[in-house]
Formats: sequence, C-alpha cells, structure tokens
Amino acid sequence: MAETIDLKLHVWRQNGPKDAGRFEDYSQYARGISTHASFLEFLDVVNERLVLDNKEPIMFDHDCREGICGMCGMVVNGEPHGPQKATTTCQLHMRSFRSGEELWVEPWRASAFPVIRDLSVDRGAFERIIQAGGYITARSGAAPDANAIPIAKSLADEAMDAATCIGCGACVAACPNASASLFMSAKIGHLNSLPQGQAERDKRTLAMVAQHEKEGFGSCSNHYLCEAACPKEISIRWIARMNRDLLSAAISYKPAEQRAGGDGLSWV
Amino acid sequence: MELRSNAPTGPIETRWDRHRAEIKLVNPANKRKYEVIMVGTGLAGAAGAASLADLGYKVKAFCYQDSARRAHSIAAQGGINAAKNYQGDGDSIYRLFYDTVKGGDFRARESNVYRLAQVSVDIIDQCVALGVPFAREYGGLLANRSFGGAQVSRTFYARGQTGQQLLLGAYSHLARTVAEGKVDLRTRCEMVDLIVEDGRARGIVTRDLVTGKFEVHLADAVILGTGGYGNVFYLSTNAKGCNATAAWRAHRRGALFANPCFTQIHPTCIPQAGEYQSKLTLMSESLRNDGRVWVPRKREDCTRDPSSIAEKDRFYYLEEKYPAFGNLMPRDIASRQAKFVCDQGLGVGPEINGVRRGVYLDFADAIKRDGKKAIAERYGNLFDMYQRITGEDPYSVPMRIYPATHYTMGGLWVDYNLMSNIPGLFVAGEANFSDHGANRLGASALMQGLADGFFVLPYVIGHYLAQAGKSKTTESSAAVTATLQETQGRFRKLMDIGQKGSRTVDDFHRKLGGIIWDNCGMARDPKNLRKAIEQIPQLRDEFYSTVKLTGSGESLNRDLEKAGRVADFFELGELMCRDALERDESCGCHFREDHQADGECVRDDDRYAHVAAWEWRGNGPEARDGNYVRHQEQLSFEYVKMAQRSYK
Ligand SMILES: Cc1cc2nc3c(=O)[nH]c(=O)nc-3n(C[C@H](O)[C@H](O)[C@H](O)COP(=O)(O)OP(=O)(O)OC[C@H]3O[C@@H](n4cnc5c(N)ncnc54)[C@H](O)[C@@H]3O)c2cc1C
Ligand code: SF4
Ligand code: FES
Repeated sequence: MAETIDLKLHVWRQNGPKDAGRFEDYSQYARGISTHASFLEFLDVVNERLVLDNKEPIMFDHDCREGICGMCGMVVNGEPHGPQKATTTCQLHMRSFRSGEELWVEPWRASAFPVIRDLSVDRGAFERIIQAGGYITARSGAAPDANAIPIAKSLADEAMDAATCIGCGACVAACPNASASLFMSAKIGHLNSLPQGQAERDKRTLAMVAQHEKEGFGSCSNHYLCEAACPKEISIRWIARMNRDLLSAAISYKPAEQRAGGDGLSWV
Repeated sequence: MELRSNAPTGPIETRWDRHRAEIKLVNPANKRKYEVIMVGTGLAGAAGAASLADLGYKVKAFCYQDSARRAHSIAAQGGINAAKNYQGDGDSIYRLFYDTVKGGDFRARESNVYRLAQVSVDIIDQCVALGVPFAREYGGLLANRSFGGAQVSRTFYARGQTGQQLLLGAYSHLARTVAEGKVDLRTRCEMVDLIVEDGRARGIVTRDLVTGKFEVHLADAVILGTGGYGNVFYLSTNAKGCNATAAWRAHRRGALFANPCFTQIHPTCIPQAGEYQSKLTLMSESLRNDGRVWVPRKREDCTRDPSSIAEKDRFYYLEEKYPAFGNLMPRDIASRQAKFVCDQGLGVGPEINGVRRGVYLDFADAIKRDGKKAIAERYGNLFDMYQRITGEDPYSVPMRIYPATHYTMGGLWVDYNLMSNIPGLFVAGEANFSDHGANRLGASALMQGLADGFFVLPYVIGHYLAQAGKSKTTESSAAVTATLQETQGRFRKLMDIGQKGSRTVDDFHRKLGGIIWDNCGMARDPKNLRKAIEQIPQLRDEFYSTVKLTGSGESLNRDLEKAGRVADFFELGELMCRDALERDESCGCHFREDHQADGECVRDDDRYAHVAAWEWRGNGPEARDGNYVRHQEQLSFEYVKMAQRSYK
C-alpha cells in the first residue's frame, strides 16, 4: 500500500518578473513522500515544511486539482506537466517517480507569460486572444430553440474535441518558438466547426491570429511538441484547420464598415 | 425582523411572467450611468455580468483565479437539467418543479423553484447559441440522460465535462463584453469586505492577490456569485480556492445567512488515500446509471479481491433496500447508506483510523451488457481520471467510492428578486440559499447558476435600480474609510500573529474540517453538535494565537489569503453546527440521528417548515453564545403536497 519515497528536489524561485531567479535545493523537505500523493500534494507537504522552517512557501497556481480548470502547470524535468502523458500537474501522482530521483521544477518559460512568482506565470495573453474573437455573439434571451438547427453527431463530437482545451499554456511552454497556435486553433476550431459559429467565422479567425502575434507568441513551425505536452490531447490537426480558415478568411473577409450599408462598427 | 419573500401570489404558472410585466425598468440611456459589481465569474457570475453588460449597465467583475474561465463551475461533470421534454417521456416544467420541491424535502420556496424550472428551457437555447457542444444523437438532435433520482431523461451533457463547456460558453460571452469595454474584469482579486452605508450596499473592498493592495470599488448594486462554502470541511470536491469569505463578510455586515447546515454530501467520490490528502475527487453520479453499488456481505471478504467474491456474497444494498430506484437513489440517502454499511464494518479499501471507508461501484455487468466501447464512450474520461488518481483500472476492477462534501444548499438569504435583506446586495448561484431546500437534485446547480445569471438578474437589477437610483457614496464617505481600515487591520493582525506562530494554516483548516465532518456531516446528533460548538471556538482561539505565516502582507502571500478564508470558516462552521442543533428534525441532507425512521429522515413540518435565517450580532473572533439571532421565513406549499419522501 502506501510506500514513501525521497526525492532530490530543485525548485525555481523567482521573486517577481524582474528578479533573475534561481534553483533552490529542497531535497531536505522532500523526504518520506507517499506515492499515492499527487504532485501538488507533494508540493503542499514541502511548503508546510518550508513555512515551519521560516521560509516562504513555493508559489504555484492551482485550483480544481482535477485536471479541468487549467490553473496548474509547471515544467517537471523539462516536460510541461511532467512525464505522464495526457495528464495535468495536479493529476500527476508520485507513483510516477522512484525514490532518490532528481526533480527539476520550473515555470512555463515564454516571454508572453511573464513570471509572477516562482512557478506562477501571467497568462493574460490567452485572455486577450479569446477576447479578440473566441466567442459567438448571442445576447441572453434571444436564442432560437436549441433543436432548431440539428448538428450531426460527428460534427458536435469534433467541436467537443477542440473545446476540451483547458487553457493551461503547456503547449506554449513546450514549443521552441513559444507559439500558442495549439491553444488558439482549438478555440477557433471549436467555434468554426459549429453552424452557430459561421456568422463570425472569418472575423474571429483573423482577429485571434492578429492578437496572437501582437502578444509576442512565436509562429508554428511544425515541431508538434505542443501536441505531445497537451494534457487534453488537442490534435495539431486543428492548427492545419486554422491555417485553412485563415487563408479563406484573408481572401474573403471584408469588415462590415467596408461594405455598402455596413453597421459601421469597427473590428480589431 | 420580518422576512418577506416578495414572491408574487396567484397561479404559480404565471407568477414570473406577471412579475416581469410589473417590474420597473431603467431606460436604455440611463443604464450606462449605473455601475454594478459582480463578484464571481462562475456560471452565475459570468452569465450575469455579460447579460447586464449587454443591457447597457457598467459592470465590474472579480474573480480570485487568473482567469474567469477557471471558476469552480468548470469542474461540474454530469450535466444540466432542463424541462425541454425533448425525449417525449412525460417531462414538463411542472414535473421538474415538483421533483425539485420534493427532492429538497419541502424546505425551498415554491415560487422560486417554479421560476427555475420555467427558465430552464431557455438556458439550453442560450447555451447552444453560444456554441456549447452538447452531446447529440445521430439525427443531430440533442441527447439527454437520466440523472440522480429523476425518472425522466432531462439532463443535457457534454461528455463528462458539462460544467466546463457551460462555463466556457458563459466565459466567452463575458470575454466579448470585456472586449467591447462593457465589463471591467479584475482577476486574481479577492473581495474581502462589503461596504454598507445607510443600510444599502455600496461597494466592496478587495485585496489584489499579486500586489497585496487593498482597493475600494463602489457601485449602485453589488452581486455575489461567489459559489458555495463546502471547503469549510477542508476535504471536499470543491476547488482549493473556494471560500465563504465574500458571503461571510456580507453576513457580518448584516446580510442574513440561511440554512447553513444544509450541506450536501455526494455519494460517488474517490475515497481518501492518506493524511496529506488535499481534496476529494468526484466521480460523476451519472456513473450510477450503469454502475452497481455493493459491499461484501461478510466482513472477512472486505480485504479480498472483489472479483473472487461470489454473487450471493455481495450486498447490493441500494438495490435491495430500494428496488424501485436502486442505484439511482437521491444523493443524501445513497450517501448515508454508504456510511451505514462502512460503519458496520463492511467497507473496502485502505483502513484509515480503524475504518475502511469505501464501497464498490461495479461496471462489470454494464460492460457485459453494452460492451467496453459503449461504456468508454459514456464515461471514458471519468475512468481515466479514476485510474490516474488511484492507479487502478476501473474497466477490470470495481471502482471504490465514498461520500464527500460537494454542495451547499445554505447560503445568503435572498428574496424572490435574489436580493438579500441589505438593499442593493444581490446573491446568485450556489452562494444563495433559495432553490434547493434541504437537498439539491443532480444537474440542478448548473441550471440554477445560469438561470440566475442569464434570466433573473437582468430583470431584478433593473427593478431595484429604477427604484433606488444612483448611490451617492464616495471614496471619502465615512463608511468607506472605516470598512477599508477595518479590513486592513484584520489582515495586519493575522500577519502579526503569524510572525510568531507555530502551526500552519492548513493544519488548522484540517482540524476544523475534521470537527465539522465528524459532528455536522452526514449524520448529526445534539450531543456531538454541542461538542463541536465548544471545540470550534477553542481551536479558533488557538488559531488567533499560534497560526504561522511567512512573507509580508503587502505582496503576494498565499498563506495569508488562506488564513483570511480559514478565519471565516471558523465562524461559519460554528454557525452550521448551531443551525443543525436548532433544527430539531431531519430533512433532506440534514439527518439528525434522533429524528429518523429506519435510517430515513423524519421531518417536523409543524415546527420547521421554515427557512432559518441567521443574523450576526457578534463582534470579532471573540464571539460567543448568544451572538447569533435566528429569524424565520415560513414556507407554504400550495402546489406540492407535503409528504414524507418515500422511495421504497
Ligand atoms: C466536482 C463538482 C461537480 C459538480 N457537478 C455538477 C453537475 O454535474 N451538475 C450540476 O448541476 N452541478 C454540479 N456541481 C455543482 C455546480 O458546479 C456548482 O454549484 C455551480 O457551478 C456553482 O456556480 P457558481 O456560479 O454559483 O459559483 P462558482 O462557479 O463556484 O464561481 C465562484 C466564483 O466566485 C469567485 N469568488 C469566490 N470568492 C471570491 C472572493 N472572495 N472574491 C472574488 N471572487 C471570488 C471565484 O473566483 C469564481 O469566479 C458540481 C460541483 C462540483 C464541486
Ligand atoms: S491546447 Fe492543450 S496545452 Fe494548450 S492550453 Fe489547451 S489544453 Fe493546455
Ligand atoms: S489545478 Fe485545475 S487543472 Fe490542475
């Protein structure tokens, strides 16, 4: 049953975006860890020991601890979310490690994700990408009956595949160019797949891609490391689709104010 | 204090429509002059903020996470109810209303519940329009399933990630309004107090969780959509950050807290594995549609490989005791029965403190009947999650489950307009008490959050503002400076104690949770409740003298955040126990050992067909006996005839 292990733990400590940061050796706090504990529970234990030793606890983001909120995320031994495939850091369990194993824990590294403290980064850039077009405009109370437009099961399933992205940012951390293409393409793919998403399709695609660039994310050069790191197994096929949608949008899209009788609203 | 529900009278089918027709309106040009604060960006908060913004109000929204998309609604798995009757299986608004009142064991307000059932149909339309990829049938129409305790299939779902998809829908709605400049969204920012002046809510004090700075935000109306308080138990299925602070601080400023002891325990969670456990993970109860719950009949079989236990030696206790509903029994009964068999020594899994707390949820028959593929299609991600957490494969070994705290029906008291007894303070979603009585039915919380946010708040806020007008409070008003100073003082005091302290915040939280779980959890009795009411203040005193904190208050300080929340949980936890003691009956999830018939609740409708709404009279952590005043809102049941629930 409950075996325990000792780890050689190195954690990145950084006081704020301007601090240079460094690894600290916390092996003395990382002994006797239950293999049934989750990775974050392991860090909780380390943190309680640090505090009792008058040291500030390691800051890391987390909330649901069920792999769904997308709040957690750190690089463990060079891999975003650690060694287990399709698993967020909070769902990684200590049974994945051997006693005596060396652990190097650090934050997502990308210039578009400044470090707030230690393992916590600012993912505000993701928010702004969504705000640029990751929605369908539908005022509350104005919707037609939900069954008015049938949607083929295969199409709904596919949209759902893309919609499962949790917005964690591991794809960016994994990418040598720090591109957020996988994240962005998942949202574009979800909405562009659905009949309800067609009206704003071109505008959405162009605006989100433009915002992605503005935030300083790199572009995709087909390394596929994002897909391997993604805890929700979002497929890189969505990037290909996004590129297709981008091409067609670039050809056909005219903002409303350029059309005769347009609504005069500006777009990004 | 007289508690008026302000619910319309007359035929229940037309109450909401008539109310809407009579409600006061703010003219479109004036709307942008009104500022509304929305604390919380879960289903209730995001839907409410976006809807109000689209109407033209200036909205400021807050959440403690780094993104509105991470509110705890994201974690809901199973589904959302709506009386669409798409399956033609006899569902109707009336039936959903009836089920909810009955399921709540006659402790909810009929008018509110009817409205909830009524707007449920609009929610699905709205969500599909926002791009929520609900499950579909091959013909392209929406699919439904039946969910905990319902005999019709009215639950809409998106794999096992319904809450995620609904929240992403509401979040995208909110994101658009943010982009359009209609909503000012503040993330990593926690409400730590409510500002009340001349009896009206005027704004909030927040603490920026990155810089540690306190700020004042004023508005013409304040809405709390801050979720439930299940984390008072320490171990629960809630996210780690879920807290009661916003609601509790409002309570301390005069808002009544209703039915705090009505907390729900969910029957299907992964059992605790050890001391370090930080939270419990829910396995959606949709699993009970196909899984069969059992324990060994003989104690000596409890440690045996389950596959080697013969059919006749397995005790399918829900199926045997309740043949009509079997494994789909409502949550409270399913949970108590699990506790009951484990207390008898029939539990399985690891032994913690001398008891094995786990029962099997077995899919072997379902896999034999429908094939592994069909089961994987239905529950694949839940099975994967189970395997990641326990290291066991539920396709071949039965899952082990045990109840855990999951939802809180209690919350701030609100009238039919979702307004608390403090004018200008509204409460929506899980944070209020209004719709689920003493027990919530599965898939009804998501429904309530979105009903409040999309379809109720937009009307009732206008109704209030049209009458109350703009608030004249300014940053220099006495109430503002006093509240700000008190709040800063509270955190400074914690930091001062923390410098010299010796025990971690989590240590206190675990102990507090343990007391409440043992004495005010699945089964309660007066002796234990009295004991808890003594123990909690003692532990709280220790907290206020020995809690350990590092770092400084004027910057990011996660332990200080937690300490502030735990301080509030101490007070709320004590109030829960008092409420449970005063409610001298059993109803829904409030199971008093001294009021039962064969393990089932015995209500006392003559004395307790009311809402208990508690008023705060204490002052500071020193609060002792007599500082709480219990008010009552009498409930009347004109449509659903009061009867003892019977699922036999
Ligand atoms: C694991 C799990 C599964 C569930 N499954 C289902 C299901 O299948 N069907 C169903 O109907 N219900 C389900 N529920 C219940 C349901 O998910 C919740 O009741 C509902 O989502 C609550 O929504 P809400 O908008 O009220 O609050 P939440 O989604 O909890 O949002 C609270 C918001 O308030 C913010 N907040 C809180 N405190 C503060 C503060 N002090 N300052 C600033 N911001 C603050 C948070 O940041 C967050 O944005 C489930 C619950 C859990 C825990
Ligand atoms: S695509 Fe995957 S890795 Fe990237 S944000 Fe979404 S879930 Fe995370
Ligand atoms: S903490 Fe929510 S995904 Fe890990």
